[in-house]
Amino acid sequence: MAGVIAEVSRWFVPLFIVFVLFYACLKRVKVYECFVSGAEEGFAIAVRIIPYLVAMMTAVSIFRNAGVLDIIAGLGEKAFQTLHIPPEILPLAIMRPFSGGGALGIAAELINSYGPDSLIGRLASTMQGSTDTTFFVLAVYFGSVGVKRYRYSLAVGLIADLSTFIASIYIVNKIFV
Amino acid sequence: MINIVWAALIAAGIVAASVSGKPEVISQAAFSAAVSAVKYALELAGIMGFWLGLMKIADEAGLVRLLARLLKPLMRCLFPSVPADHPAIGAVLLNLSANILGLGNAATPFGLKAMRELQNLNDGKETASEAMCTFLALNTACLTLMPTMIIGLRFSAGSANPTEIVGTTLFATAVGMSAAVISDMLLRKTCRKGRG
Repeated sequence: MAGVIAEVSRWFVPLFIVFVLFYACLKRVKVYECFVSGAEEGFAIAVRIIPYLVAMMTAVSIFRNAGVLDIIAGLGEKAFQTLHIPPEILPLAIMRPFSGGGALGIAAELINSYGPDSLIGRLASTMQGSTDTTFFVLAVYFGSVGVKRYRYSLAVGLIADLSTFIASIYIVNKIFV
Repeated sequence: MINIVWAALIAAGIVAASVSGKPEVISQAAFSAAVSAVKYALELAGIMGFWLGLMKIADEAGLVRLLARLLKPLMRCLFPSVPADHPAIGAVLLNLSANILGLGNAATPFGLKAMRELQNLNDGKETASEAMCTFLALNTACLTLMPTMIIGLRFSAGSANPTEIVGTTLFATAVGMSAAVISDMLLRKTCRKGRG
């Protein structure tokens, strides 16, 4: 099953490109001119989000490099042990909603130091693959169109993150232990 | 809310660095992140150009509308405020497909394009519309068939079976996505009541 999905994922992009181009040519679309006008729009959006990226990435970087995670992880260790959750993954759980790159760094470190096939390695893999960076997505996506009031979006994102976290712990313990 | 979170991240960092006696970490972290933010945006500009260029071709050929028509019932249920033939639907569908297939670099361009289209439908331009909230709920917790990045990481770390976490990820993301959709619906209703 996983092998099949991996193959689909590997072939999807090239086949998608060929299919779109072939179909568009059949419909006599001016593919080159069309591509350029679409690309122009893409470039404009990317430039527009730079201030939001700078704001989010600097804040997250200060938070991470100052060692705040280690302090919080130290405080939460006891609670995690009583819940049978390896405390090593706490920094990953905290980092995940803020920064994809930061979380990936922590996940990579856990996988490398405990081994990819250890409980911690599998848990880190599942958690890292499972949710997107809520704060980052909200800041950049809303920022790109100038929305300032997010209403209940942040609450939904964090509820989803917490649910995914609990589900990851449950399923990894169920399948691999 | 985002103002508080943002300020709290920075304040917590500065306090922690001061307590541990290494205040110089703060400026290093801030400046290197600021530079890498611009680098990331420029890389994204190239990737966005490619995917939105391709999307424009697909759109012109009528493929995006075809996809939107196929999934019309699902989209009507999730986004009741967006007309079925609106260009936002196509961008939303392409973004979700890219997320599900683990094509991270294609998901962001389609997602930003979708936000732009949803903003055209939004009455109060500075306040998130209900459709935007639903879209971002799906986006921050999307079903994932193929966590490509993490499989690559496991492979290079010498895992005996790099793809063994595909099933657990699928389960965790299905739970997360359900939680996102349900809490979005509930909060939307609560908000409407609060206003009316």
